[in-house]
Amino acid sequence: MTALTLPASSDCAPAPRAVLRERGQREVFCGLTGIIWLHRKVQDAFFLVVGSRTCAHLLQSAAGVMVFAEPRFGTAIIEERDLAGMVDCNAELDRVVDRLLARRPDIKLLFLVGSCPSEVIKLDLSRAAQRLSVKHSGTTRVLNYSGSGIETTFTEGEDACLAALVPELAATAPGAAPELMIVGALPDVVEDQFLRLFAQLGIPRVHSFPARRAGAMPPVGPNTRFLLAQPFLGETARALEDRGAVRLDALFPFGAEGTTAWLHAAAVAFGIDEMHFRAVIAPGRERAKRAIAHAREQLGGKSIFFLPDSQLELPLARFLAQELGMVPLEVGTPYLHRAHMARELALLPAETVISEGQDVDRQLDRVRAARPDLTVCGLGLANPLEAEGLTTKWAIELVFSPIHGFDQAGDLADLFARPLRRRDVLKV
Amino acid sequence: MQLTVWTYEGPPHVGAMRIATAMEGVHYVLHAPQGDTYADLLFTMIERRGKRPPVTYTTFQARDLGKDTAALFQTAVREAIDRFAPQALLVGASCTAELIQDDPAGLASALRLPIPVIALELPSYQRKENWGAAETFYQLVRALCPSAKAEAEPRKDGQHTPSANILGPTALGFRHRDDVVEITRLLGTLGIAVNVVAPLGATPADLARIPDADFNISLYPEIADTACRWLERTHGQKTVRTVPIGYGATRDFIAEVAALAGVDPTAALDTSRLPWWSRSVDSTYLTGKRVFIFGDATHAVAAARIARDEFGFEVIGLGCYNREFAREIRTAAQLYGLEPLITDDYLEVEDAIAKLQPELVLGTQMERHIAKRLRIPCAVISAPVHVQDFPARYSPQMGFEGANVLFDTWVHPLVMGLEEHLLTMFRDDFEFSDHAGASHLGHGAAPIFPREPQEAAPTPSANGGGEATAGVAPAPLHPLAEGAELSPAPAPAEPGKDQEGWSAEAERELLKIPFFVRGKARRNTERYATEHGIAAITLDTLYDAKAHYAR
Repeated sequence: MTALTLPASSDCAPAPRAVLRERGQREVFCGLTGIIWLHRKVQDAFFLVVGSRTCAHLLQSAAGVMVFAEPRFGTAIIEERDLAGMVDCNAELDRVVDRLLARRPDIKLLFLVGSCPSEVIKLDLSRAAQRLSVKHSGTTRVLNYSGSGIETTFTEGEDACLAALVPELAATAPGAAPELMIVGALPDVVEDQFLRLFAQLGIPRVHSFPARRAGAMPPVGPNTRFLLAQPFLGETARALEDRGAVRLDALFPFGAEGTTAWLHAAAVAFGIDEMHFRAVIAPGRERAKRAIAHAREQLGGKSIFFLPDSQLELPLARFLAQELGMVPLEVGTPYLHRAHMARELALLPAETVISEGQDVDRQLDRVRAARPDLTVCGLGLANPLEAEGLTTKWAIELVFSPIHGFDQAGDLADLFARPLRRRDVLKV
Repeated sequence: MQLTVWTYEGPPHVGAMRIATAMEGVHYVLHAPQGDTYADLLFTMIERRGKRPPVTYTTFQARDLGKDTAALFQTAVREAIDRFAPQALLVGASCTAELIQDDPAGLASALRLPIPVIALELPSYQRKENWGAAETFYQLVRALCPSAKAEAEPRKDGQHTPSANILGPTALGFRHRDDVVEITRLLGTLGIAVNVVAPLGATPADLARIPDADFNISLYPEIADTACRWLERTHGQKTVRTVPIGYGATRDFIAEVAALAGVDPTAALDTSRLPWWSRSVDSTYLTGKRVFIFGDATHAVAAARIARDEFGFEVIGLGCYNREFAREIRTAAQLYGLEPLITDDYLEVEDAIAKLQPELVLGTQMERHIAKRLRIPCAVISAPVHVQDFPARYSPQMGFEGANVLFDTWVHPLVMGLEEHLLTMFRDDFEFSDHAGASHLGHGAAPIFPREPQEAAPTPSANGGGEATAGVAPAPLHPLAEGAELSPAPAPAEPGKDQEGWSAEAERELLKIPFFVRGKARRNTERYATEHGIAAITLDTLYDAKAHYAR
């Protein structure tokens, strides 16, 4: 068995890295896109976007075939009449919500999701949510958050949604025993794996946030210790901390090392015996290493360039560099949370350029100049870059696929290895 | 406010993008918030373009709102001109920018650019994608065509080769690429030169040459009609308005074009197989099939004529989602004695289909899904469509080859439907039932698959199928369909054998894996267990195998 090499804890505080900050055209999704996976996670919640036809069109383009399975999201499209003041927007919204809830009585939690148009016309969705919560009290709780492009980028939609939920969480009993909270929507299979590991470690009370049902959201209080499972949850973390919860600082759980470090942070916080910890995680850790060994042969030494998309870029670049031997040239992120990312940053090679924000044309110039072996980017750029002879990995898949934890490490590595393998096998 | 989950059309600025992307040498600077760049992937993914659409977005964010979105817009324009060096520039606002009331037209003209700048007013809260495309094309033509040419060169001097413009094909248009090829070929057969195809593949300089042609062909009225009307008024060019979709419509189109050009229509060879395919006895069972048609007005009207006159179907429903062409649909619906369905609410379309219980649905991507849910055969005739309807192969809708394509496309799901119906009919036959197990394993073989509720319950197809059953009662005509059931039946027997080896926990975990890879996971795990001499398959075995086969 390989000896465990755990990243040193707090003594890794590095010299602050230079970060390239850019402003210009950004080729990114807005936060509304988060609805696509959030509605799958919370099974009795409905997401009602208050926006324009563009918002509806975006959701439909992003959701693909899911739109047709009676999904639990929709758009209340603002029309000329609403803008011209011919009808009262609030009355219209109430009418739409009444109709929706009559059609879907199973909905227990309704999110009014703000968009660019609704933000710009300053439609007060928080008051609408309060009003509608009173009206539908006893059956449906109505909350609001903004997924607008002017305020949120892609995964920040989940952050805004969870942050809106935090004030609604029950308080834990004062002086109760510490509880662990896993924060961030994870695929069920991954969530179950983590819950099993924590149970084996001997951490008794572990909750997931968000829970799978609106009525089962976890309590929060000063005895809550939480682990961020996703790197884009800055607001949520702050809201939880406002309620006294304590964040456990860790690498994000990607790959064998990231997952080990993440689990270890909880083990330390809950006083789990080190030998026991090692015994519990050893099988999973071994499996993860075995699963990525094959990809390591393919990816070792290959250069990679991340365009900003989801804020997963830094932890993933760390995984690819640390565990697969890839060479990250530039790692772009739409937003860099310095505190949450400190450990990840410390493990990235010093030569790697970290960039925050985007000026897409300038960044593409850098991609073309560097000619990386693999470029991680959105679907609007992937085919055009392929046509220029650059191999790409489309980034959105990384948000929709199970990639966290030991038993997904191989799949995660393969997501990056596959485009390169395909490039090599095609003879056309 | 309108509650919606699915929209037939995008916002009007997406229509403008379709024009800009179709053309060469045009760039579009769109005042839009961060996130509106999602529309790029319609072009790069659905249409599979290898180039980014020529669109620069200002992508303003909340922090920009208080101060300088106007400056942001001007910077974006300047940088786009420097980088892409377009011959003409489109400027406009998306829905959010429309609300913040920067004035793209004024801001761009203040820059005194050396190229034509066309400002687009696209009211996002009233209009939609097709309108946006039509308006953009019209504004481009108006801005770039020299105003009223004094006198065209003499046209009937015997030496003159008649010429026409093909107007309307765009990016993200349903089969536009191949329709243009087919119609160009047809015009060539008639001895008519194609002057300009626009917007698809045209440059601003090409648009300026539009008035040189003798007449215009409005290939897709949804996009070309506004521009064609202006060209009629300003340049006296006549417009061919017959849309050549279907055998009969193509012949009418040829007649209209030939008359305008003063050429002999018989020169256009009839190369369509549709008439014979449709008359051959194998097609007899198509007679009177009840068909529901929905799409954009142009494709729906064309499809209705083909369905009745060329396939022998009965048209029982006809509708469109683009209100701008409601009149065309109303006129057509009268021909079939129908109440037209003009709506952009897919739930209304679904209700209509469920109520009418057609035997075939011709529609958009959305109707494909509705039909799938209602278990009715379906073919796609109109945008919006998904990636599979931007095929690699040549597949026009227009002209005689288009008619061939339509015959195959529409009949295919019906044949498939018939096969499926026969399979369902025999599903509960004691010999073919899932519960009987595979016959070659003898009667001792355990039944494997629990009966799926949707198969057990009489599905809607039973209603619509009642008539079909009667229609195909001499089932021996299709013995292959019956035989087809024999071969798939034994296959599922295999994976069940080792089920004893699975722990309950591992079995439950397996169920969390998506159904379409579950079989593979089960197989791999069992193979791994066998190879490693593991008798009882636990959770760890499952994941050990996953790691083992990780590639």
